[in-house]
Parts: sequence; C-alpha cells; structure tokens
Amino acid sequence: MAKLPKPEELSKIDYKPPRTGCTWRETPVQFKEGMYCFGSRPKYLEEVGFPNPREWKPNEEDWKLPENWKDIILDGLKERLEKYRSFRLFMDICVRCGACADKCHFFIGSGDPKNMPVLRAELIRSVYRKYFTPAGKIFGQWAGARELTYDVLKEWWYYFYQCTECRRCSVFCPYGIDQAEITMIGRELLNLIGCNTDWIAGPVANCYRKGNHLGLEPHAIVSNLEYMIDDIEEITGIRVEPSFNRKGAEILFVTPSGDLFGDPGTYTCMGYLMLLHEIGLDYTWSTYASEGGNFGFFTSMEMAKRLNYKIYAEAKRLGVKWILGGECGHMWRVVHQFMDTWNGPADFLEEPVSPITGTKFENAKTTKMVHIAEFTADLIKNGKLKLDPSRNDHLKVTFHDSCNTSRGMGILEEPRYIIKHVCNNFYDMSKNASREKTFCCGSGSGLNAGENMELRMRGGFPRANAVKEVKEQHGVNMLANICAIDRAVLPTLMDYWVPGVSVCGTHELVGNALVMKGEKKRTMDLRLETLPGMEDSEEEE
Amino acid sequence: MYIEELLKEKKRVIVQKWFDLTIETYPEATRNFLKTPAEQSANPVAETIHSALQGLFNGIINRETTETGVGSYLDNVIRIRAIQDFTPAQAVGFIFGLKDVIREELRSDIRRHGMYEDLMGVESRIDRMAAAAFDIYMQCREKIYDLRANEVRNWTYRILKHSNMLKEHEV
Repeated sequence: MAKLPKPEELSKIDYKPPRTGCTWRETPVQFKEGMYCFGSRPKYLEEVGFPNPREWKPNEEDWKLPENWKDIILDGLKERLEKYRSFRLFMDICVRCGACADKCHFFIGSGDPKNMPVLRAELIRSVYRKYFTPAGKIFGQWAGARELTYDVLKEWWYYFYQCTECRRCSVFCPYGIDQAEITMIGRELLNLIGCNTDWIAGPVANCYRKGNHLGLEPHAIVSNLEYMIDDIEEITGIRVEPSFNRKGAEILFVTPSGDLFGDPGTYTCMGYLMLLHEIGLDYTWSTYASEGGNFGFFTSMEMAKRLNYKIYAEAKRLGVKWILGGECGHMWRVVHQFMDTWNGPADFLEEPVSPITGTKFENAKTTKMVHIAEFTADLIKNGKLKLDPSRNDHLKVTFHDSCNTSRGMGILEEPRYIIKHVCNNFYDMSKNASREKTFCCGSGSGLNAGENMELRMRGGFPRANAVKEVKEQHGVNMLANICAIDRAVLPTLMDYWVPGVSVCGTHELVGNALVMKGEKKRTMDLRLETLPGMEDSEEEE
Repeated sequence: MYIEELLKEKKRVIVQKWFDLTIETYPEATRNFLKTPAEQSANPVAETIHSALQGLFNGIINRETTETGVGSYLDNVIRIRAIQDFTPAQAVGFIFGLKDVIREELRSDIRRHGMYEDLMGVESRIDRMAAAAFDIYMQCREKIYDLRANEVRNWTYRILKHSNMLKEHEV
C-alpha cells in the first residue's frame, strides 16, 4: 500500500511544473497521452510503397528505425536544401525576432514554448546548422547547432505533428518565412524512415487505392448520395438526379469525401446537389476521383502529387471541360499553390467559364478548377438564384475562414457574400481572428484524430474563444465554414469550449434558402428539423 | 472593521499578484507572453485567467464560493488548465495561491486588528472554491473522453440510421 503523506508534507506541494534544469536543446520530449496520434500501421505504408513499414508506438523507447536512420535523414535534408531554395532561405534568414512566437494557436492554447513557430523551426534549424553550416560545424551549440540524436528525432515527430501548417505565423513574419513549409519538410524527412501517423497514412492509402480518404467504394458513394437525395425529396418534393462517371459531361464535380459521409458535411453536400440541380448544370460526380482533400500533402510532396493527379486523370478520362470543387481547405492550397508545378498545366481542359452566367474564372486559368464558393457567389451576383434568406432566420451566423482558403488563396469575400444573401443574421468575428489572420480549427493537416483530443482542444482554443465573443455579443448559434475538416472537427471544439454553437458548411445555408422550381412548401431544413415559424403550415397541410 | 473591507481596498494589488503567481505555473519562456497585456483574441489564455481571477476574488469578498456563485469564472479558467500540461493538483492548485497573497498583503493589518478568525473564514472560502474547482476539472476531463466517443458515433450515425442498423431504445 502506498505510504500516506503527512500533513506537513502535503502542505509543501509545489504547484509549479518542475524545472528541467537545462536549455530547450537538451530537454527530452515527453510523450503525453492526448497530445499525439498513433503510429502508422505497416499495411498503409506498404500500400503506397513508403519506407520502413512496421508496428510501432510513439511512446515506446524503440521506434524500430533502420540502422542508418541518421544518414537517411541527413541525406534527405541535404537533398531538400538543394531542391527547395525557399527551404534553405527559411533555414538561414530567421533573425529570431519573435514576431511569430505568440501568433500560433498551439502556443497560445498550450503555453508550450516549443509551439512557438520560431522554436519549432529551430528544432530542425539547429540540426541544419550542425551539419550544413561552417559556424555550426566549428562552434557547435555556441552557434545554435546540435547533433541529430534519437531524442531530437522524437522531438521532431512530436512537434511537427503539433503544427497544422496553417501559416498564421507567416503572415506576421517580416521575412515571410513559411513555417508550414518547414513542417512539411520536417514531416517529409520523418516519412523517409517510416515515422508517420496512422490517421494520415490510412487516408493516404485509401485514397491511393480507392480514390477517397474513407475508402468508400463506388457503390457506397452512390448509396450515400442516394440517402441524401431521398432526404432532399422529403424536404422539397423534388428528386434531384445527379450522374456518376458520365463521359462527356461539361463539368466534373469533386468534393472532400467527408461531405459524402459524416454530418454536418452531408448537409453541405445536399446543398450542392440542390444548387447544381436547380441551375441545370451539366456535371458529373466521379466515384473514382472521389476525394478533394489530399492527405498525401501531409506526408510528402511526391505523395501529394500522386493523389492530386487522380483528379486530373479522371477529368481527362471523362472528357470534361473543367472541374468544380466543393468546400474544402487543404484541397485548395494544393490546387492553388502546388498542382500547377506538379501536374500542370492541365491544358487538356478548358479555361473555366460558368455556363450559367458566362463568367470566365481567370484565376483558374491553368489549374482549370473552380471553388464552389466563387461559382455560387457569381450565380448570386448575376441574379441566377431565387433565395429566401428568412428560412435561415433562426440562425445567427458567423464565418470561420479556413486557413488554406483564406491565407492560401485569398477566398475571403465570396463565402461572406453568399452567407449575407442566404441569411439575414451574419456577424463577423474580431479582425484579429478572421480573414488572413484567422485562427486554425486546431485539427488541420491530418491532426483530426481522436487520440490527440487534448492537443486539438488546445490548438482550437483561440478559434473557439473568438466564436465565444460573437456568441456573447450577438447570440451567434451557427459557425459556417468552407472546409470539410472544419465541419468534422469544429462541432467537437464547440462542444468543449462554446456549447450551443452548431457548425455548417456554407452550402447548407444555400440549400435552405434556395427556392427551387416546383418545390413544395418548406417545413424542414436540410437537417430534417422543423423550420421555426413553419410548424403551423405543416399541420395545415 | 471587516476583513472584506481590507480585501476590497487592496483588490487590485491582490488580484495582480495572484495572477502573477498563476502565470508562474507556466514554463519560463511563456510567462512574458502571458503577462503582456493584449486584446482578448490575441492572448485569450491570459485574458481569460485575469478576468476569471477578478470574478473569483469578488466571490471571496461576497461569500459566494460555490459552483452556483462563481461557477462560470471557475469554469473559464479550469477548462483551459484541464487541457494544458498540468497534473490535476497543478491545474486547480493556483487557487491556493490566493491564500499566500492575502496573508502577505494583509499581514500587518490582520495583526493590528487581530483578525485571525476573519482570515480563517476567508481561507475556508478559498478551500471551498478549490473543491468546486476540482469538480469542474473532473467534468472537463470527462468531457474530453465524451468528445472522443461522440465524434466516432456522429461520423457513423447517419449511415447506420439509413441502413436501419440503429435500434431505438424502448422506454
């Protein structure tokens, strides 16, 4: 039996965390449950030909690394320093001014100094100095250099999977150092020796083999959409009839598979189905390129390129003119900033022109892929939609700018324009927490697993805090967004920090407000819940 | 003279020192950031803790130390500390820091006016507040596990429902 402490011993409890007695460079990382994801299972790595597939646990001493792991990492680092001039610059030019330090949602929420972007980058920069700079080679730690040891490697893994690659810090960096790219390279190096997470490796393998993260096979995709079509018919009296894998369609529609499967993404998906039916768009779904998201982006550039190519290969196979993409976050950063270098130009497709309004989407000239928020905003601007925003009157809506669409491609106005036309009550969050300064949901870049829930709650706190402000000021009860990961993770975040605020995709609000030709009187919203104020009419009918 | 009057007089100093003590529980490199005044949205942890400590201190003065009296302030601060790098004792232990600050700030006044019984009363209130804080801490920790379970259930709910694989509980 454990010895009971005496009262005088109890009174001496020190509530402060113990000092580790050394600098950050020597502090060994402690793997705290709730803060990290499970290690990837070997089958997922084998399926895509990734190195060192084996069973391993991050909190165990032995990570079962190849004997020459250090050489692999250092060679990989050298290769990337030569390949990416930006990466080399990011290693060299940081003056440690600290402008980024307090801008990271993980640092703000956790108080862990190694979540300061500058320090997270130092984890890799210190190793770079040791092996690749004369000063670091000669002066060692006096020049901020350190050996690459097993502990350092573990620290990389722990902290590079505590960065959501949201790029908020880079907005404030006077040199424009993109921490997301440092994290991406860090993860890429770790992948060279099989240090991944199961939550990322699984979707990558699924997407590679079956075309989507969830591993939904064609019949499952069709039947999931049919459930939604049934619900739409129940709500509107109209049966929408989308086509699948149809050659010769004008447009291929690709959305994150989260929209096909989990609530509230499915309601957003119902919004797409209703809108695209109503405007009579000649489009098709694909059950093969059935994923807009790209978890490959969280492993290596090469894997991201392989997954991205599937969308374009399918567009080519079906012979469509251009691609319309659903509400997603990192999907759009990949398309906007990387696709053209990897797989572009997609000159077998045509420059996107809206067949309804005639608007030419010049911003998508080379990628040939248009974001549905741009597409729908253009429809509204040209008066092509009949909308009844009062159907959303029970909602007081705010908008969460997804990191990738806001900072990654500048979609700031379009979703707000849409929301303001389909809702009567819209309240923006504070300037410090929206638009290009938006706070991440805390679960992006493949961190939306369950086992790292504490990490997610820490990282999401600044976002939740800003939502709480508008809830207290205006009674906001709905958090709209244009990202599938947001739709998957924000309900949980709200449940912990701001109960009473629901989460929806922007096109769910569109679907509610859309007045469809020949529809019956709406008594329910897309969630099959009674529309407040319409209960009587339901009884009358 | 009541001890509450002394506490009211020195409220600003006591709350500030209590805040500083609480911030001391964070790693050294983080404290400067937490002590720098900023907008609520830029430094939400520090701002939330600061306003919560003010509310809790008012609770001590007004003899409202249970969850009904100061629950929302306790919740605001404990909810944060429940998911940070603290043991349960560290997460709620900051409350006891108020005892140290009050003893230090009011030492000479208490001696002069012989207010030891009053002080014991205040300290008992602080103890009750700490007990209420631990309840909230446990609710937060349990919530974390609920969130994990609910997330998995919500992802599959729609599919199971449409596949008629969900059975309604008969009451």
